[in-house]
Amino acid sequence: MIQFNPADLVTLRPELFLLGATCSILLIDLFLKAAQRDVTHWLSLLALAATAALVYCGIPAPGQSVPAFNDMFVSDGVAGVLKLFVLLMTGLVFLYGRSYLRDRKLFIGEFYLLLLFATLGMMLLVSAGSLVTVYLGLELLTLSSYALVALNRDSAASSEAAIKYFVLGALASGLLLYGMSMIYGATGTLDLAKIHAVADFSTNSPHRTLLAFGLVFLVVGIAFKLGAAPFHMWLPDVYQGAPTAITVFIGSAPKLAAFGMAYRLLEGGMGGLHGQWTLMLAWLAVLSLAVGNLFAIAQTNLKRMLAYSTISHVGFLLLGFVNGSASGYAAAMFYAISYALMAAVAFGMILLLARAGFEAEEIDDFKGLNQRNPWYAGIMAITMFSLAGVPPLFGFFAKLMVLKAAIDAGQLWLAIVAIVFAIVGLYYYLRVVKVMYFDEPADDAPLALPPDRAFRWSLSLNGLALLALGIAWSPLLEWCNSAFAAVAK
Amino acid sequence: MASHLLSLLIWLPILGAIAVLAFGREARVARWLSLLIALATFALSVPLWTGYQPSGPLMQFVESMAWIPALKVNYALGVDGISVALIVLTTFTSVLVILGSWGPIEKRVSQYMAAMLALEGLLIGVFAATDALLFYVFFEGMLIPMFIIIGIWGGPRRVYATLKFFIYTFLGSIFMLVGLIYLHMKTGEFSLDAFSRAGLGSTEQAWLFFAFLIAFAIKVPMWPVHTWLPDAHVEAPTGGSVILAAIMLKVGGYGFLRFSLPITPDASQEYAWVVIAMSLIAIIYIGYVALVQEDMKKLIAYSSIAHMGFVTLGLFIALALVRQHQNPMGARLAIQGAMVQMISHGFVSGAMFSCIGVMYDRLHTRMIKDYGGVANVMPWFAAFMVLFAMANCGLPGTSGFIGEFMVILAAFQDSPLIALLAAFTLIIGAAYTLWLVKRVIFGEVGNDKVAKMKDLDAREWIVLGAFAVAVLALGVYPKPLTDLMEPAVLQIVKALAMAKA
Repeated sequence: MIQFNPADLVTLRPELFLLGATCSILLIDLFLKAAQRDVTHWLSLLALAATAALVYCGIPAPGQSVPAFNDMFVSDGVAGVLKLFVLLMTGLVFLYGRSYLRDRKLFIGEFYLLLLFATLGMMLLVSAGSLVTVYLGLELLTLSSYALVALNRDSAASSEAAIKYFVLGALASGLLLYGMSMIYGATGTLDLAKIHAVADFSTNSPHRTLLAFGLVFLVVGIAFKLGAAPFHMWLPDVYQGAPTAITVFIGSAPKLAAFGMAYRLLEGGMGGLHGQWTLMLAWLAVLSLAVGNLFAIAQTNLKRMLAYSTISHVGFLLLGFVNGSASGYAAAMFYAISYALMAAVAFGMILLLARAGFEAEEIDDFKGLNQRNPWYAGIMAITMFSLAGVPPLFGFFAKLMVLKAAIDAGQLWLAIVAIVFAIVGLYYYLRVVKVMYFDEPADDAPLALPPDRAFRWSLSLNGLALLALGIAWSPLLEWCNSAFAAVAK
Repeated sequence: MASHLLSLLIWLPILGAIAVLAFGREARVARWLSLLIALATFALSVPLWTGYQPSGPLMQFVESMAWIPALKVNYALGVDGISVALIVLTTFTSVLVILGSWGPIEKRVSQYMAAMLALEGLLIGVFAATDALLFYVFFEGMLIPMFIIIGIWGGPRRVYATLKFFIYTFLGSIFMLVGLIYLHMKTGEFSLDAFSRAGLGSTEQAWLFFAFLIAFAIKVPMWPVHTWLPDAHVEAPTGGSVILAAIMLKVGGYGFLRFSLPITPDASQEYAWVVIAMSLIAIIYIGYVALVQEDMKKLIAYSSIAHMGFVTLGLFIALALVRQHQNPMGARLAIQGAMVQMISHGFVSGAMFSCIGVMYDRLHTRMIKDYGGVANVMPWFAAFMVLFAMANCGLPGTSGFIGEFMVILAAFQDSPLIALLAAFTLIIGAAYTLWLVKRVIFGEVGNDKVAKMKDLDAREWIVLGAFAVAVLALGVYPKPLTDLMEPAVLQIVKALAMAKA
C-alpha cells in the first residue's frame, strides 16, 4: 500500500528546490536575448548555492538516515557529502566554461539547463533507496550528458563522441537494468534495504545462480559508468571529442555520482554478496590501473591523456571498495572527491589556455608556460604532482587512504600492483611539468588570459585547494568517515 | 616550556620561498632576500646546537600536535644529537649554496632561490620528523624542488637526468610507503617510537627491511642502484649538486639509522651481509669507476658513492659487532664513524662541487682535458681545491680522515678482511683525487682560455673559505661533534643489543 506522507517533501526539499529553480531558469532563459545570457549564468550558480545550503541543513546526524517515499529515497550522511561536492563541481563547471563557450558561440541556455538536470539526476542517484530510483537518477544524468557532449552540433568530433557515448551508455544502462531485473526476480523486491536483508547467497539458496548473474550485470553497469577497464572504451573518445567545458563536467561530478551509485547498489543492496563483488572489483581495479596508466603514456593530446589517467584513478578508487568496510568506503569517497577536484583544475587549465579558434588541448600547447605565466604554470604543476600522488599534495593522501584500505583488507598484493602502476603514472604527469617548465615556449608573449575574473579566481582557488587540503585534510577525512558511521564493521 | 624552534626552522625557509617568489621579480632583490632568509635560518639553528643538552633526554626540542587524529598521525618533531648535526649541516650549506649561486644563476633567479629555500625547509623537516608519515611527506616532497632545479637550470641532458632522478627515487620510497602503512596496521599509529616496539615476526621484518632498503639504498645511493646520481650531478647546476651531495644523500644514511636499524633489527642483522657487500663494492668498484672519468663532476659523483659506502658499512658492521661479538664499544665506534663520515662528506663533497662550479663558471666546461695548470693563474683557488682534494682522499688533519678511520677501525674488530677491503679506499681515493688535481691544477697552463681565468672573487672566497674552515675544524678537533652525537649513538647501540630476539 503506497501512502503519501507530506513530511517526505521536506526530506526532498533540495531536490524539489533545484527542480523548481531549473524550470524557472528554463522559462526565464526563453525571454533573454543572447547578450543577457549572463543572467542565466548567475541564476544557475545561485540555484546551486541555494540547493547546497538546503542540502547542508538537511544532513542528518552521523549514523542516522531519513527515508522518504516508502524508502525510495534516502537522505543520509553519504548522500549529503556527495551532493554537496556534486553541486560544487557543477558550479565550477559553470564558472570555468563561460568564456570558452562564449568564444565558440555555444553560450546558450541549454548548457545550463542540461547541466542542472544532470545535477538533479546525480542528487537522486546518490540518495537512491530502490533500484527504480537508481535507474531514474542515472538516466536523468546520462541523457543530459549525451546531449551536452553533442552541444557543438557542427563539430564532427563532438557528434561522434556523443553517438559513441550514447550507444555504449545505453548498452550499459541496458545491462544494469537486466541485472536489476534478475535481482528483483531473486528477491522479489526493488527496495535496496530489503534486498540487503533478503539476498541469500548460501549454498542451499534456490536463487544463488540468479543472484550471481544479477550481481555480475550490476557490476558491469557500474564499471561502465565509472569507466573502469575493460568497460572504458567510451571514455577517451568522449573526453577528447566533447567541448572542453563539457569534459570538465564529465570528468568530475559524475565520478562522485557513480561512486554513490556503486555504494548504494553494492553495499546498500548486495552487501550480503560482499565476498563475490570485492573479488570482481579487485580485478577491475588491476585492469584499470594497467590500461589507464600504460595507454596514457602514449598520448600527446592532454584531454585524452587525462581520460586514460581517469581510468587509472578509478582503479585506485576501487581499492577502497575492495576493503568493503566503513573505512574503505570513506577512503574511496575521499578519493573520488580528490579526483574530482584535481580533474576540474586540469581541464580548467585547458579552458584557460584556449582562445577563440584555438583549443589548447595538446600537451605541447603548454610548452614554456612557466615563462609566459608562472602563476598558472604553478597551479598546473600542483595539479600534476597531486594527480601523480606526490606529497604534500591532496592526491597523495587520497592514495594513502585507499592503499591503507587495501592493506587493511589483507590485499597487500593489490596495493603493490597499485603502487607499481603509480610509478608508471608518474612519468606522464611529470611530462606535463617538464613541458611547462623545461621547454622553451613557442611564443614568448605573456599568456592572454580570458577576461572572466570569476573564472581565473575560482581556478586558482581550486588549484590552491589541492595544496591546502594536502596540509589540512583531516577535517575532510573525518567528514567522510562520519558519513559512513552507519555501515557495520 | 614548549619550544617551537624546529617548526620555525622548517617553515621559515618554506614561507621565505613564497616571499621570494612574490617579491623577487628583480634578481637583486631575490638574491638578497633569500640570502637573508638562509642566514636567519642558520642563525636559528645555532641555538639548536648550543641548546642541546647531551646529558638531558634523548629527544629534545620536542613538538607534537595532532595532525590527522583519525589515523593517529601527529605533527611530531624532535631532535637527537645526530639530527642536530645534520640540521646544522643543512642550514650551513644552504647559505653557501645561495651565496654560490649569486652569479651563475641568471635566468629566473627568484624561482631558483625559492626552490633552494623550499628544499632547505623540507630537508630540515626530514631530519626533525619523529612521525613516519610526516617524515615521508618531507622525504618525498623534497623531490619536487630538486626536480625543478635540475630541470630548469641544468645542463644539456637535464630533462633526462631529472626525470630519472625523480622516478628512480619515487620508485624506492613508494615501497617504503607500503611498509609504513603495514606498520600502521600493526600498531595503529605512525610514530617511529611505536614502530620500533611493534614486536614484528622475522618474516615481517625481512619484508619491511627490504622495503626500507630499496628506499634508502636508492637515496644513498648504493651500488647497484646508484646510476641516477652521476646523471643528476652532471646535469644539475652547481648549487643543485652541492645540496644533492652534501645533504640529500645523507637522508639515505639517516633513514637506515632511523628506520632499518630500530624497526627491523633482526632482519638487519640477518641481511647485514647484503648491505656490507654492497658497501664494499661501492667503495672499491665505484672507486675504480671514478678513476676513469673524464668529467670532473662525474668523478666527484662517483667518489661520493664510494664515500657513502663507508656510512652504510659503518652502520651495518655495528650490528655484527654488537650481536655476534658482544662488542658494544666497537659498535659505538662504527656508528659514530658512519655519522662523522656523513657530516664530513657533506662538507667535502659540497666544497668539491663548489670548486668545480667556480671553474665551470669561467670556462663552461667540466672536462678534465680542458683544464691544466690552473694553479698558475688562480693560486688562491688552487690552494682551496688542493685542501679539499686532500680531505677527499682522507688525509689526516682533514675531516675526511676521521670518519673513514673510525669505520675501518671498527670493521677490523669484526673481520680483518672487510677492514682490509675498506682500506683500499685510501689508495683508490687518493689515486683518483690526486690524479684529478694533477691534471687540472698543476702542470703547464693547458690552453689560452685557462690562461685568462681570474682568481676567486670575494663571494667565492667566502664560500670556499667557510667550507675550508669546517673541513679543517672537524679534522683537527672532532670532539664537539662526537660529543653531540654520543647519547644518540649509545642509545642505538643499546637498542640493538636489547632487541636481540
